[in-house]
Amino acid sequence: MKSKDKVLIANGQGFWGDSILGPVRLIEEGPLDYLTLDYLAEVTMSIMQKLKTRDPSKGYATDFVALLDRVLPKAMEKGVKIVANAGGVNPMACKDAVLEVVRKHGLEGVKVAVVEGDDILGELDGLMDGGEAFTNMDTGEALAPVREKVTSANVYLGAFPIAEALDQGADIVITGRGTDPGLVIGPLIHEFGWTEADLDQLAAGTVAGHILECGAQCTGGNYTDWQSIENMAMIGYPIVEASADGTFTVTKHEGTGGRVSRDTVVHQLSYEMGDPANYITPDVVADFTSFQIDDEGGDRVRISGVKGAPATPTYKVSMSFQDGWKSVGQLTISGPDALAKARLASEIVWQRLAYDGFEYPEHERLVEFVGANVCHEGVPVAGSDEPSEVVLRLGVKGPDRAKVNRFGSELVPLVTSGPPGVTGFAGGRPKATEIIGYWPALLDKTKVRSTVSVHELQPGGPS
Amino acid sequence: MTLTTLDQIAYARSGDKGEGSNVGVIARSDAAYAFLREALTEEVVREHFKGINHGGVRRFEAPNMGVLNFLLEDSLGGGGSASLKTDAQGKTHGLALLRMELDIPDDVLRSVGS
Repeated sequence: MKSKDKVLIANGQGFWGDSILGPVRLIEEGPLDYLTLDYLAEVTMSIMQKLKTRDPSKGYATDFVALLDRVLPKAMEKGVKIVANAGGVNPMACKDAVLEVVRKHGLEGVKVAVVEGDDILGELDGLMDGGEAFTNMDTGEALAPVREKVTSANVYLGAFPIAEALDQGADIVITGRGTDPGLVIGPLIHEFGWTEADLDQLAAGTVAGHILECGAQCTGGNYTDWQSIENMAMIGYPIVEASADGTFTVTKHEGTGGRVSRDTVVHQLSYEMGDPANYITPDVVADFTSFQIDDEGGDRVRISGVKGAPATPTYKVSMSFQDGWKSVGQLTISGPDALAKARLASEIVWQRLAYDGFEYPEHERLVEFVGANVCHEGVPVAGSDEPSEVVLRLGVKGPDRAKVNRFGSELVPLVTSGPPGVTGFAGGRPKATEIIGYWPALLDKTKVRSTVSVHELQPGGPS
Repeated sequence: MTLTTLDQIAYARSGDKGEGSNVGVIARSDAAYAFLREALTEEVVREHFKGINHGGVRRFEAPNMGVLNFLLEDSLGGGGSASLKTDAQGKTHGLALLRMELDIPDDVLRSVGS
């Protein structure tokens, strides 16, 4: 099915919570064949499973539906196909919501495909009875003792089901859990007719997918020499121009901010890379030490010569389980003697809790003095008068709840599309909370009559 | 030899990998890579991160990219959603490594234009 010489694939969403402007601008600002969107992290599946338990119509990335509402007419007009793992633990419900967007915009003939089979929560007991141990890959522990606490269990599916959906004419492909690079490899398999035996091509697709998967992290976001990156606010999200032989060029749309250079791309290649010679996916084992990387200038970086080895016989399973509770709070303490007073304040909290019978052992409590080198604890900081870290607090208010909420969705994206060293986002997106107004006034005393009534407990029940 | 910080001759990018962090060090030149392969050992990196990492350190090499990739095996205070730390994903560990002071040969410094 060799429809084109070169296929343009972009990724507009590095994670659930990334800015909506990435994909919106990718659709508007230049040519594109495929838009991929990555919404799932390990903990995301568990959160979605919880949402689905409460409401059977939930459990997918609702951001995806909001995005389509904004870009679908234009995407269909330009012939851009969309591949997203937005299905979470409820891809069918996601599909229903997407079809509702299609209906709302009066679009005809839009085909929405759903890839399922990753969710094995319902089959877990049967699989264990059949002899699967699900031993923890990191600790070697058996699953049985925590089985009852498991809240989600998903297999990382590969790229071939996505290719099959595209082969069947899908305009939009919705998946649950799959590998992140699979979102990019699937369209390449579909376009170039690659098979399971095309190991070098599949490995090249894996490298391309790894470069794209965190959005702007390969176009100058989170880049060491951040001072040299121009127009970070309007940073371009990455695009891969791929050929059938597996060579590809990383680029971005003309006129967008940021930069694609050998160095920005290698930054992303080294992100969460593990053992570079053995990058394992369900489709292939890619060798990240095998390829050549050439900076062609003009925001174009070419990668060639990627080698791959046969895939392993196993899928990776990602499970989440109820592992306790947590709570974090913070106060700001000014000088003079800010640090000494903060230490005292911390001691007071633990002492008062202990007095009341609540002891928190060392490994179950956190004490951080943000501003006193929390991020780089123990690392010597040579000759600088700069504070070692700064907590950025931004806020908005107003009568329009949606407008106030929109603000909150532009903070976390800075982790991948802003300067380096941004962290502390675990609380997620700030949400609008209601402002409770205070309204003091006066009223003539004659307008108010006070009454007194006395009640007492009656035999057989309250009065 | 000049005593200066690692950021003069390398970039870095970091993130989480299970209960530890993955810190990629990217040499700014071929000469810098050759120097760092010798100087930036697992032991040196482990010592540098002793206030953050409570496990081992493993190093991988990707010479085609000029990358030394380090895994700090217990550096996130639990990892995933179990961590209470501000930097629960190790996002700032790359910059922490670039703050390392070391004696860098002058030809290596010249190779990166500083």
